[in-house]
Amino acid sequence: MVTFPGSLDDRDAARAVRAAGGEPVALWHADPSLHDVDAVILPGGFSYGDYLRAGAIARFAPVMESLVSAARDGLPVLGICNGFQVLCESHLLPGALVGNAGRKFVCRPQSLRVENVKTSWTSGYRAGQEIVVPIKNMDGMYVADDRTLDKLEADARIVARYRLGNPNGSYRDIAGITNKAGNVVGLMPHPEHAIDPLTGTGADGLGFFLSLTGVAA
Amino acid sequence: MARVTVDVVLKPEILDPQGQAIVGALGRLGITGVTDVRQGKHFELEVEDGVDDDTIAKLADTLLANPVIENFTISR
Repeated sequence: MVTFPGSLDDRDAARAVRAAGGEPVALWHADPSLHDVDAVILPGGFSYGDYLRAGAIARFAPVMESLVSAARDGLPVLGICNGFQVLCESHLLPGALVGNAGRKFVCRPQSLRVENVKTSWTSGYRAGQEIVVPIKNMDGMYVADDRTLDKLEADARIVARYRLGNPNGSYRDIAGITNKAGNVVGLMPHPEHAIDPLTGTGADGLGFFLSLTGVAA
Repeated sequence: MARVTVDVVLKPEILDPQGQAIVGALGRLGITGVTDVRQGKHFELEVEDGVDDDTIAKLADTLLANPVIENFTISR
């Protein structure tokens, strides 16, 4: 997990990796080395205070240069919430995330339909599986031009869609997308907060981390 | 030294909820006739004389604006 100034959910992401049988490794925004990790999670939060645009400054952190190049070579990368924003700003994923259509911070359990189960991060789910994980964001409306959206649909690169109500106005109910190779996934809701019924909405989010570690649920 | 301004606005196809909220507030002020507002960002850069327009365009395109969702204009 990369920690930027203003990251909030790096510890929960580490906990989720551990719960899935992996070994979490802390990466630092100012350190360009990825320390030979097998995958990287860009956590939620408000890197650099969301100044300018969410994720816009984090994109230029030393660690990101190494990460962009490693991601293009196939390293699995999951960007959650602010991490999704950073991935879009870094052009590893198309489109962008802007202020919620309702203009309010949204924080609630959210139902999703997992559509693409061929990515590094979703292979542990069944196609069409419905899960509930928390969502909490201000700038969560996924936007892109129609051509990009049509291409994402045609290539089955929409990883998850909101169901039972769109919390932030995201175009075509998009909650998460992947790159062409399926190793980079951006997701607005927070699976790392739903890995244990004791502290979350359930354990529906654990599948993202189990998909990576290959440990059976 | 010169002052260069860069104005950034959302592309027309991108929904602007803040702009819409401003239109709504104008109605409550009793002002009519304003049918649309698009909110943007205005940057004022103090630049040395050797910095050319291409450099300004590059920094606007890579940092000040996100070309996926925003257009920018540069004025000297």
